Amino acid sequence: MNSAAISTQVVPQKKPLWRWVKRITSNYVIRMLARAIFTIWFVTSLIFFLVRLMPSNPIEVYINELMVQYSIPYAEARDQAASLFAIDLDAPLYQQYFDYMVQLAHGNLGDSLRSPGTSVWQIIVAFLPWTLFSVGLGLLISFILGMLIGMLLAYKRQALWEPAVSGTASVLSSIPNYIVGIVLLVYLGVYWNLVPIHKMRGSRSPGIQPGFTWVFIADIFFHAALPILTYVLSTIGSWILSMKSSTIGALGEDYVTVARARGLSEGRITTAYVGRNAMLPLITQLLISIGFVVGGSILIESIFVYQGIGYRLLSALTTRDYPLMQGIFLIITISVVLSNLLADFIYGWFDPRVRIAGGN
Amino acid sequence: MTTSQALMPKTGIRYWPGRFVRGIGRFLKLMSRNKTGFVGFLLFIGFVLMTTVGTLIVPKATSADITAIYEPPSKTHLLGTDSQGKDILAQIVHGGRDILQMALLTGIISTFIGVALGSLSALIGGGFDAFLTMLADIWLTIPRFPLLAVLATLIKLDNMLLLALLLSVLSWAGLYRSIRAQVFSLKERDYIEAAVALDLGMWHIIFSEVLPNMLSYIAISFTFGMTSAIYAQVGLVFLGLVPLTRNWGVMINLAWTQGAIFFKDSVYFIMAPVTAIALFQLSIVWMSRSLEEIFNPRLRTG
Repeated sequence: MNSAAISTQVVPQKKPLWRWVKRITSNYVIRMLARAIFTIWFVTSLIFFLVRLMPSNPIEVYINELMVQYSIPYAEARDQAASLFAIDLDAPLYQQYFDYMVQLAHGNLGDSLRSPGTSVWQIIVAFLPWTLFSVGLGLLISFILGMLIGMLLAYKRQALWEPAVSGTASVLSSIPNYIVGIVLLVYLGVYWNLVPIHKMRGSRSPGIQPGFTWVFIADIFFHAALPILTYVLSTIGSWILSMKSSTIGALGEDYVTVARARGLSEGRITTAYVGRNAMLPLITQLLISIGFVVGGSILIESIFVYQGIGYRLLSALTTRDYPLMQGIFLIITISVVLSNLLADFIYGWFDPRVRIAGGN
Repeated sequence: MTTSQALMPKTGIRYWPGRFVRGIGRFLKLMSRNKTGFVGFLLFIGFVLMTTVGTLIVPKATSADITAIYEPPSKTHLLGTDSQGKDILAQIVHGGRDILQMALLTGIISTFIGVALGSLSALIGGGFDAFLTMLADIWLTIPRFPLLAVLATLIKLDNMLLLALLLSVLSWAGLYRSIRAQVFSLKERDYIEAAVALDLGMWHIIFSEVLPNMLSYIAISFTFGMTSAIYAQVGLVFLGLVPLTRNWGVMINLAWTQGAIFFKDSVYFIMAPVTAIALFQLSIVWMSRSLEEIFNPRLRTG
């Protein structure tokens, strides 16, 4: 009581500048954008310092490798490494960090160690779209399907088949995605021989011209089918279960009873009253799962030899191609941060309450 | 009464009227209240027994036998043999200990970090809380598995404790968020306010007042820490980025690289560890349902 009375007196006395700052920082869009930029900066710095300060410094490792392989003197090897890593090794660490950041701001990620002459950026442009396509489509399909099935289960709680579907969803949601991928490949591809897995490798068949032709689109889907199926199967269980429980929660709310009493049609109640509120918590979950699924693509794409960014990251890791590894990790982080940002905006659009200052 | 009856279906307990097994003790009694949870619990105990007692009974598969490659299940080899003619069942029995220990260790460390930071953050509040919340928001958007894979090339992750510590540090944010939210709601309760008013000290408030009231959340975050540890560990081993002794992940990796995708015969070699991991994950997730009920008296009596 007392503190509330005091605070209402204090607020008007604050300086105009402070109020102006407060208005900007409390703006939902600006707050989200600032957080996204800060996250990208944080991760970039983290990786930069990890790579530089680790006991087995990859640059030193590379210099040694050059000296042993081509028997060139230390200074020369060091120069080569410096040019490849696009870093001035004689400069103090903070100077190197600053240079690296300036390079990054210009979109320069350096060159690949193992395929000289190819810039990291070129490799990313070639591989990233496939991951975005397969992961995005997989998540979209599983999110929509999962929500529909979850709502159906909530409405038909008494049905005999309900425990079977819920049970399947619970099993699917607890099994790691790479296990799902392996089982799909071993049974569909090898044991039952239903799909030609060897033809399905890669992100598209050789010799097919990219473009808006049916042949190309069909080919893309043919190659992405198993990864997408894996993403759908491994994520749909949790969507079904959370949608079911949040729909059951929403069905018990007073506003649904009021809507019924007002004589609104059942269809309108289901979509605008129950559905819209029940899916709110799921959007936050989608936000977190984007990062998880993109991260998991490194495993799924290796299983199906699908040439996306995860597959390329693994080969960069096993060949110790540090600039490429750094670049790909940065790009994965940026795409996850951006999709989270998008999810935040969508959430703000669905639930006006979070747009209001404070957020809590 | 009528309102509480109307609320009952929400809690989900009435779906699974527990079967009371007399004379096995209160714990089992409570565990068996939730059928799914009990099945998970039994499976989990089975896995624990297999990796402890089982290793004493089943001899290690050490000798290769080229005459018995990829044999189907038989009386001598219950799960068949692998590409070197080694018994698969023996490998499964001996390959679980690593994963189980790792999972428990990560579960303990990550729960400790989550509980400590979450309760401190909620109780101290102010700038400390705002800072940790912001950090957690950022941390959650960092793609964890790729970061782990990148780290695995920079640090030698052959030490189990180091890997567990790394996994816990990488996964602190999710646990922190749920614990913080829970402590925030507990903080408003009268008995916590009384303890604060009596100035009983931060650690007393955390460990004697707050903690016992959120055991169900802690149990859930513990199991969650375990499952994500298994996911990450087996994933890293499968990709060949972490050198560890022969466990289920290594088995999958071997089966994979030795051509499980080409030979129908090797289906037991790859499916045995795959099934083991899937069942183990499932047992933990299912068991967490029973644990949730045991530690949450409101669900129990409801």
